Amino acid sequence: MPKSTEQERPDAATSAAPDRNAIARVAQDPVSRRRFMALTGGSAALAAFLAACGGDSGTSTATSAATTAPSGGGETEQFGKGDVDILNFALTLEYLETAFYADVVSSGLFKGEELKAIEKLGKEESEHVDALTAAVKQLGGKPAPEPKSEFPLENAKAVVELAATVENLGAAAYLGQAANIESPEILASALAIHSVEGRHAATLNLMLGEKITPDGAFAKPADAKTVLESVEPFIVG
Amino acid sequence: MSNSELAHPELAGVEVIDDSGDLSRGEVILKGALAAGAVYGTLMVGPYVRRAFAMSGGGDVDILNFALTLEYLESTFYEEAKSRAKAKGELKNLIGMLAGDEKEHVNALTATIKKLGGKPVAEPKFDFPYSDTAGFLRLAQTFEDTGVSAYNGAGPAIESKEVLSAAGSIVQVEARHAAAIRIQNEEEPAPTAFDPTLDETQVRKAVEPFIA
Repeated sequence: MPKSTEQERPDAATSAAPDRNAIARVAQDPVSRRRFMALTGGSAALAAFLAACGGDSGTSTATSAATTAPSGGGETEQFGKGDVDILNFALTLEYLETAFYADVVSSGLFKGEELKAIEKLGKEESEHVDALTAAVKQLGGKPAPEPKSEFPLENAKAVVELAATVENLGAAAYLGQAANIESPEILASALAIHSVEGRHAATLNLMLGEKITPDGAFAKPADAKTVLESVEPFIVG
Repeated sequence: MSNSELAHPELAGVEVIDDSGDLSRGEVILKGALAAGAVYGTLMVGPYVRRAFAMSGGGDVDILNFALTLEYLESTFYEEAKSRAKAKGELKNLIGMLAGDEKEHVNALTATIKKLGGKPVAEPKFDFPYSDTAGFLRLAQTFEDTGVSAYNGAGPAIESKEVLSAAGSIVQVEARHAAAIRIQNEEEPAPTAFDPTLDETQVRKAVEPFIA
């Protein structure tokens, strides 16, 4: 069912505009974390994950292979089943990406080759959802529920900008969790997804005429708190 | 095996030359990785590298020296390409950027190896078989896909969280390079949703010809 822009809530269009500064502002807002936890009240695993990451303030600044920055690890030990929570965190992001591309496809803003490219992106994200769901179950965990989401789809350019923001954030999110994963098998799967998110991000950056490597030769990670706060504007109650 | 049976014949002609006549472990594994990619495709490089380090017991310095050898290859490749690839416009700019990124990876890996008390491998010489822009682009795509696959394969064998995070920040950049080069070749920037993880039997079958 194609969704016209007229059906968008006016506040969604303004508060969730694809503006990196706005996303950064949301990320810095200490109230956002509580709001996010209220919004995702149904997901105990995510809430536990977020709580465990709560003490980790700000984004990691590790930018080179010679980094001396302290490890982001250790936080998973605080609540035992770390890999399941990390997988559920990734699953939530992949659900959002999948829903986003599905909304874009049905918006009618893209046709022909562009539409095909977006469908391909959406299909790959949906494969990530399936793989992560299976991995959570394999570890004996309960997969996080699919969040209800809403995205501003005003025009083609704004959509590509938002897609680029989401993909760059997704790649940074996987990078931020890699060192926290305990199981080598889960790490191998997460790395296989991480590089695909990097490919997606570069592709969308190119479409916008922006740098394929916005962080330079070393991609920067994002911690879970920053990531979840950044996507919060797109999750509806 | 004739070239026509190879998944990536362009990789078969790449030479890794060490004047000392004494190949380092990183060079040996890189040669194996290139051969695995040439015969079976770049998706097999990850499983090959993973198994190579699993068999040897790994060690972060060994893995970093392998990565350094790979980055030396890419860095030399793009540095040479500035004059040799006969590129213009957008591609010329891209090559300059890629050369800069790979050089930074070389420097960072060298520094990390020293910090861990290891000895960085000497820079080998390379011979790249191409004669025009199209040949350069084909090889560049294979190298970038190989690099992504190699880092992803080595990742789970890395012991230190800091080294793993650093390798992760490099592999994401390699993936971004791969996407940009693939677009230059008018190919899918992200052809699959994952680098497929192969089971142990498949890996052993693919790797046996290259590891004694």
